[in-house]
Amino acid sequence: MSAGTGEALAASGGPIVEITGLHKAFGMLEVLKGIDVSVERGEVVCIIGPSGSGKSTLLRCVNVLEEPNSGTVVVNGYELTDPDVEIDKARRSIGMVFQGFNLFGHLSVLDNLTVAQRKVLKRDAGEAERLARENLEKVGLAEKAGAMPEQLSGGQQQRVAIARALSMQPAVMLFDEPTSALDPELVGDVLGVMRRLADEGMTMLVVTHEMQFAREVADKVLFMDGGVVVESGPPTKVIGDPAEDRTKTFLSRVLNPIHAAETD
Amino acid sequence: MPMSPRKRAQAFRGVQYGILVLVVAAMVFFANWEKLGNAFFDLEAMSTQFPGIITTALVNTIIYTGLGFALGLALGLVLALMKLSSVAPYRWIATVYIEFFRGVPALLVFIALGFGVPVAFQIQFDTYSTVAIALGLVGSGYIAETLRAGIQAVPKGQVEAARSLGMSQTRAMVTIVIPQAFRIILPPLTNELILLTKDSSLIYILGLLGTQYELAKFGREGMNATNSMSPILLAGLCYLLITVPLGYLSRHLERRAGRKRDEGLEVTA
Repeated sequence: MSAGTGEALAASGGPIVEITGLHKAFGMLEVLKGIDVSVERGEVVCIIGPSGSGKSTLLRCVNVLEEPNSGTVVVNGYELTDPDVEIDKARRSIGMVFQGFNLFGHLSVLDNLTVAQRKVLKRDAGEAERLARENLEKVGLAEKAGAMPEQLSGGQQQRVAIARALSMQPAVMLFDEPTSALDPELVGDVLGVMRRLADEGMTMLVVTHEMQFAREVADKVLFMDGGVVVESGPPTKVIGDPAEDRTKTFLSRVLNPIHAAETD
Repeated sequence: MPMSPRKRAQAFRGVQYGILVLVVAAMVFFANWEKLGNAFFDLEAMSTQFPGIITTALVNTIIYTGLGFALGLALGLVLALMKLSSVAPYRWIATVYIEFFRGVPALLVFIALGFGVPVAFQIQFDTYSTVAIALGLVGSGYIAETLRAGIQAVPKGQVEAARSLGMSQTRAMVTIVIPQAFRIILPPLTNELILLTKDSSLIYILGLLGTQYELAKFGREGMNATNSMSPILLAGLCYLLITVPLGYLSRHLERRAGRKRDEGLEVTA
């Protein structure tokens, strides 16, 4: 499939992320057992579930950091599972934020935001810097442009990582447990930035343990367990009034851990 | 009566000082200082070595080492990438190469290159090329292992972040991984340079002309000419002129890297 027709297709209003029949195994261990997900433009989808349920693997299959064994992934008109796809080009429109931030340690905050703009998108230095500063402003770290990543707190590093992904002007943003590595008092700043991003209409796929965030910000929640999507729907339904027993058990453990431990 | 640990440590320190004093005293009393002075510290014999020992020998040693290190670095980088390659035969070739050139004495490599290759392939390099290739081959094995360790020390997440921003594997390697690997391995790499400086003393085996002498050869020729050991001592001091500053540089880089890590920890803690 050519990129040109693909982009036209996406622009015409179909889902921006379309995952069909996705399977992924690591050796003998089958992690994803047939996943179908579609995300509309501007939608915020939160993926919740116990650890080992395949949430992160699913997210990493969306930009093919993990190669799926079968099934198709179409993002913004690019079929990423097509062997002939220009993968580097396809990834430009998919921003990714990692649990461990992964800022480039040898580059200043500003250079972290401009390096891919210049080397990948071939933007000139002035334009790249303008966009970088605009996005730093957006995450509230305009004054840190000259700092090195190691001089920042975890929460600040994660906000820089978000700004770095935004500087590529992606069509969709992936968040892989963005607050799991943070000290509790730093979580709020990062979630605040993500909430503003959602309000601005960014399409987001978020793997998270923050039920409060999922409840308030998500348009759709997927509950995954054992490599399948057990239940999906609006947060009021999946988190507020789950139909499946597995969802209920998981939620009771997450929302009330002390009580759940007693009744185990 | 058993001594307390503190008393014991004190007594042990005393013994160490005692040994030191004894050794120094023995050297002072028993060494033949007059003969030693005549043989090694003959200033007249030393003065005949100037300015050649600086303008020719020291300069040549630096040029040979520099050329060899540059080639060793280029070769080492290729080998390190081969060793990390997903193509198995590349890994095997790199492993065999590294094991071979790390395990064989430099002198043998020089002999093989200086006499074996011209016979085998009917080609004759000029001296500078031969020296650069010889030292490059010897250095590349060590440098490759250092580089590989450096590249592997860069967290995998760095490549993932780069790829997720649309960089190709090569672009991510060049722009993100290798610069960070070099920051990690700068101190051990400086040590490789010191080792290579000393290995350059073995290239006399290739048969050098007078203007091509490096320090060790120059010193030995001076020894023959003046009938004194002093020129070789002078040559030794000239090596220190190169290696001691490099050692300081290495320690400085190590301290700086260490301080950066500590600062990093402090801020995130």
